[in-house]
Amino acid sequence: MTQNFINIDLPSGNNFTALKKTGLAMLSVGMLFFFISFTSVTEVSPLLFFILSIILPSAGALIFFFAQLKSSLPGVKKNGIQFMSATNRGLLGWTIAVFLTGMYILIYWFPELLENLIRIFDPLSIALTGNPSNQWFLYGTLYTIAVLVMGVRMLIHNRHNKYQIIRTLSVMFVQLTLAYLIPMFIQNGFFFSYFWPLKQEYLFPSSYEYLSASGGVGMFMFFWAAVMSFIATPVLTYFYGKRWYCSWVCGCGALAETLGDPYRHNSDKSLTSWKIERWMVHSVLVIIIIITALLWIDNTNDNFILGEFVHSANKWYGFFISAMFAGVIGVGFYPLMGSRVWCRFGCPMAAILGIFQKYFSRFRITVNGGQCISCGNCSTFCEMGIDVKSYAQRGQNIIRASCVGCGICSEVCPRGVLRLENGPLENRFELNKEYLR
Amino acid sequence: MSENILIIGNGITGITAARHIRKMSSNNILVISSESEYFFSRTALMYVYMGHEKFENIKPYEDGFWKKSNIKLVFDHVTHINTVQKQVNLSSGNVLNYDKLIIASGSRPNRFGWKGQDLHGVQGLYSLQDLKLLESNSRNIKKAVIVGGGLIGIELAEMLLSRNIEVTMLVRESGYWNNILPEEESQMISRYIMQHHIDLRLSTEAEEFIGDENGRVKSVITITGDHIECQFIGLTAGVSPNIDLVKNSGINYNRGILVNEYLETNIIDVYAAGDCAEFQNAIPFRKNIEQVWYTGRLQAEALAQTICGNRTAYSPGVWFNSAKFLDIEYQVYGLVNKNIPGEKNLYFENDEGNKSIRIVYTDESVIGFNLMGIRYRQEVCEKWIREKYSIETVLENLGEANFDPEFFRQYEYYLIKKFNSLNPGKNILLRKKRKLVNSLFNNSAQS
Repeated sequence: MTQNFINIDLPSGNNFTALKKTGLAMLSVGMLFFFISFTSVTEVSPLLFFILSIILPSAGALIFFFAQLKSSLPGVKKNGIQFMSATNRGLLGWTIAVFLTGMYILIYWFPELLENLIRIFDPLSIALTGNPSNQWFLYGTLYTIAVLVMGVRMLIHNRHNKYQIIRTLSVMFVQLTLAYLIPMFIQNGFFFSYFWPLKQEYLFPSSYEYLSASGGVGMFMFFWAAVMSFIATPVLTYFYGKRWYCSWVCGCGALAETLGDPYRHNSDKSLTSWKIERWMVHSVLVIIIIITALLWIDNTNDNFILGEFVHSANKWYGFFISAMFAGVIGVGFYPLMGSRVWCRFGCPMAAILGIFQKYFSRFRITVNGGQCISCGNCSTFCEMGIDVKSYAQRGQNIIRASCVGCGICSEVCPRGVLRLENGPLENRFELNKEYLR
Repeated sequence: MSENILIIGNGITGITAARHIRKMSSNNILVISSESEYFFSRTALMYVYMGHEKFENIKPYEDGFWKKSNIKLVFDHVTHINTVQKQVNLSSGNVLNYDKLIIASGSRPNRFGWKGQDLHGVQGLYSLQDLKLLESNSRNIKKAVIVGGGLIGIELAEMLLSRNIEVTMLVRESGYWNNILPEEESQMISRYIMQHHIDLRLSTEAEEFIGDENGRVKSVITITGDHIECQFIGLTAGVSPNIDLVKNSGINYNRGILVNEYLETNIIDVYAAGDCAEFQNAIPFRKNIEQVWYTGRLQAEALAQTICGNRTAYSPGVWFNSAKFLDIEYQVYGLVNKNIPGEKNLYFENDEGNKSIRIVYTDESVIGFNLMGIRYRQEVCEKWIREKYSIETVLENLGEANFDPEFFRQYEYYLIKKFNSLNPGKNILLRKKRKLVNSLFNNSAQS
């Protein structure tokens, strides 16, 4: 038999190739320049510092991932993820969590401390929008770069799985266009990929007034927001489950599925956390429905006695839920609580989609006969904290409100037990009695 | 009246029996294990070593489940079974009475009396204790030799590779696992093993293990006289029933504990199931000792019925099994590589040589499926085999069996093309390719 050697990681320990070293060196030097960019030295040349502190580390990371591609065979890539400090809530993991959380706090509430960093984004901002950069341009750009760079990692790690490739390309494309470039060009900050109640203000009376005042395009935007919230959401969820949005379109999902992928196993799978999740996510949904309704009542009724209350409730919601929960905790806590903390415990859009998914959807994860060996990989790598194996090992289809249909459970299953499917509503909860009881 | 049901062993067999007896009765159920406090998935131990999962993750039930289910767990070792007084003695000195006893004590790795097999750094891989030993034995080593092919052999190779340890595999057969896999599939996996830089040596066996001055293994000599340096040897040449505990108890045994089709031993109220049981009369085309996760579970389900008063023979239906060889998944349904008189094989392999579909059939009907790197639906394949569908009907409807994720390339068309070209005059058409649009409105759960 001929030995068909190809160039993969040699077990002899010599797998830290020159290409990987080059990538890591670029990443490290770039990180150094990122911190230097907090100082006023950036005034010399914003463009130069943008290249050194943003482009250089991104390119370094891409080179590193490319080196991994060259030195490994296609297949599940999870070796050592429970041992590495960065991914097992170790020292590095905590450091990353504090850094991410800190960056969010600075961007949201102390942008003046980021002044020099914001200035290096001026050349790009002026090219895209005609205006100098601000903290939101900085945030949007870093967010999009994170999705694209870590999206490439996701593509390389899952190159044996076409579902993951197409899905990852989808979130990368939507983030780059609908959630970054188009809002920049049209300059009113409207995202075609976010809807009420995730972007609660899109269906507030204030948005209606603002958008309708800006003419036909504005009216279209409001119309788009309403159609997506009230028509597309139930219809698409009926056919495909909530995955059409949460793991294919949504920007929060895009970051979770790319930057957050190395942390997905850190979500809590216990029954207790499931209980907390149900209470929290549905409470947020109820609160935002009430706020939206009251704002419209207040808008049409000048003497509404709750008028002042609802405006201040809306402010507090914006602070605690939209900023603190979705932003600071939602992303900052990736390395500690997994990549979907916000989606799981807080997102009102996920709550609505989840209700549809559970009761009016053809989507389910089907279990293949009696093949489950209870190995636990599916549960471990479920970013939404669903104990998938507890269903699989008794032959029960998985129909859970929280499932975002990322498909990783199916990928990591070593026995080919799980499949994401759309099928008839009848009997979809039924146990597979022929095989398992 | 509730009885005391004592179960020795908390693996898949013992625990399945316990759970099913609980569902059907209010008997007192007690499960004894000296391996682990709680049930864990043995087949997943490799994922703990490779750092995919924590040990907590491979426990199929949360710890509170057992109390909720009123199944009592005892972490102790059985030293003697007294079938006259219906008692078992434990290492702790405790004595437990039973009305019915189930022995599900599993297996242990074969040791064929190689010279040097008791050196430090020489071990099998079966139990949780073996995994802990492997953790210490494989620390800071560079090179390992695995003696024996099979499923545990390749899993151990994958585990060691994940820690950057060089692996040599000594396999007695002329192709990897070719006593089970048909030739082409065996070749595929052999090729794939070598692509992973595992030094696969076929038609080779170990002769002797050599130790250093500290009693630690330093090399292995093969029957062909090759000398291979290594710091670790994995023994994966199969497993045997773990039956020391029944010796001197009056329970009959051969290689395993002898049972009839009801999993009853020669002694009334004593049963055995899973890896440790040996059927006096094997089911046709099956081994009389079945050492597979699924068979352990199916035996336990039948036994639970018997224990609860509904005497039920073990009748497992169409054979199935699955595994994963490095990154290639494997599924088998029915009779494959059994040389059934009149059998024909239809085989397709993709150009990359890492996916294949094999259908085994006779003039009357389809009898087996073997899949590499492609997932097929168990319900569908079993139905076709059980209800004796013809090869033509199966091929026309083959799209229904495909269980690969959405968007994956489907190869059924090429298999049928091959069938048509090999059988002039036949013109089978794939009736329905699995398509996303089909799944949106029609009523079979496929896309």
